[in-house]
Amino acid sequence: MSSPSQGSNTSASIEKTAYKEPNKFLRFLNSKKVVPYIFVSPFILSFLILTLYPAIHGIIMSFQSILPGQVEFIGLKNYERVFNPNFYKALSNTTIYVILTVIILTLIPMLLAILLNSKLVKFKTLFRASIFIPALTSTIVGGMIFRLMFSEADSSVANQIVNFLGMESIDWRYNAWSAMFLMVILASWRWIGVNVLYFLAQLQNISDELYEAADIDGASAFQKLRYITIPHLKPITIFVSTITIINGFRMFEESFVFWETSSPGNIGLTVVGYIYQQGIGQNDMGFGSAIGVVLMLIIFVISIINLIATGTFKRGDE
Amino acid sequence: MNTNKKNSGLTWVATVGFALISLIILFPIIGLLISSFRPSSDLMRDGITFSIDFSLLNMDNYMYIFQQAASYWSWYGNSLIISALTIVLSLFFSSMVGYALAVYNFKGRNLFFVLVLLILMIPFEILMLPLYQMMVGANLVDSYFAVVLPLIVAPVAVFFFRQYATGLPTALMDAARIDGSTEYGIYFKIMLPLMGPSLAAMAILQGLASWNNFLWPLLVLRSNDMFTLPIGLATLLTPYGNNYDILIAGSVLTIIPIVILFIFFQRYFVAGLTSGGVKG
Repeated sequence: MSSPSQGSNTSASIEKTAYKEPNKFLRFLNSKKVVPYIFVSPFILSFLILTLYPAIHGIIMSFQSILPGQVEFIGLKNYERVFNPNFYKALSNTTIYVILTVIILTLIPMLLAILLNSKLVKFKTLFRASIFIPALTSTIVGGMIFRLMFSEADSSVANQIVNFLGMESIDWRYNAWSAMFLMVILASWRWIGVNVLYFLAQLQNISDELYEAADIDGASAFQKLRYITIPHLKPITIFVSTITIINGFRMFEESFVFWETSSPGNIGLTVVGYIYQQGIGQNDMGFGSAIGVVLMLIIFVISIINLIATGTFKRGDE
Repeated sequence: MNTNKKNSGLTWVATVGFALISLIILFPIIGLLISSFRPSSDLMRDGITFSIDFSLLNMDNYMYIFQQAASYWSWYGNSLIISALTIVLSLFFSSMVGYALAVYNFKGRNLFFVLVLLILMIPFEILMLPLYQMMVGANLVDSYFAVVLPLIVAPVAVFFFRQYATGLPTALMDAARIDGSTEYGIYFKIMLPLMGPSLAAMAILQGLASWNNFLWPLLVLRSNDMFTLPIGLATLLTPYGNNYDILIAGSVLTIIPIVILFIFFQRYFVAGLTSGGVKG
């Protein structure tokens, strides 16, 4: 190791340079050009191995027939099979689920947050925490509770309420409408509290001065809501509805917990459930991958429509 | 005076309204808690019901689960190990990446950040079949490693850490460089401790996500003694109800530790769970 000339004046600096330059490799590792890449390397590796490679492999698999030890290129045959009545059933179930959860999980949390943010309600912290607690449960445990609450027996909580209202007991897990109701209510129960917090965070960002100015102008409570609060909630509403849509298309567990992988007449079949059923259950990985690619395209198109409809692109153009 | 009176009336209505809403939302959990003391055969037959015979409540389900349900406790252990591994590894790697994206200027930084956001948008479910193929090929099926691997560099966490680290005082870094610290020393000794609150929030998010994770472990875990709690409990959801004692008392025992943690660390739970809206 050669020591640089400027370091040889005093013994102290010799010691320092000797310490500083144990070997070139370490100095290279510590140079400001290299350090960021070392820090980022776990992400690069994980992106290449766990996202990019599976994504490409998934697309390739969708053109193959995959049997143990026998992989064959079969062109578009998997895609020709995708558009069948079961897939349409899965897609329509998923779409209805997405529409219902978006409406429920946007409007109700918004309303609850506005009320919780007003001076009207006391014990806010307690209520906020209570509403949030279901988010801590897993879909499996939550679903198990709902299965017991909505069991077919006349004595289940749900049927006791239904009977009290003067109606016949319902076989909750065996009708198309009530099957959808079960999945939607389970998801809504678990997610309302989280979305309330999103809206609350945004509400607390609205400056009090706006409301004070409105008070001076003699605005009514409704006018303040209509012209100050609601417009300010637009960005967070877009965010909440977007993640609800994406999570809706990913839905699987809410269906699995009620019917495992096969529901009567496919009333609980979802697109991801169909991928699981075909890819893992039937071990038809090529076909399962083709469904996955179609799902990706659907999500992609919906995200684009969503971005255009909510004007996210506009700001960039101006 | 008059408006005050009107307001206090409204306050009363709104507060009672919220008390009712909270009660309805908590009802399933209260129902679960009470039902866990009911005989499992009753529970199987009647479901969760309003008409509870309080004289029949007993500790049998808990006695059974503590004394005879060995498989339940192996699921519990697996869930604890997998959650701990996920928290430690994902915090270590994700914070490093987020930090570098925030404080260093380097070629490709924007590209990496865009990739993080892109992965955040891609549902995991779409990649699961090829990933599963990969695990089968690498002979990793039925191992802790296979469950944890896809969660090690979590894009939500990277994003969150990056946002947090943007606010860190970079002047400290320059001062430490003058003192002869290496970049790694600066990170681990000075900056990482400053990221404490964000680490706590992400530890809770990742821990909860992993504790409740279902679909991926369902694919890669095969044998009963490797199952995690959600997978194991799901196998008990049979129409015959022969294991409802473990199912119901076991569900209570999976929720209670989380609720207790939530009561003590509410702030971090809220920060974690609202950071990306990603489904746990």
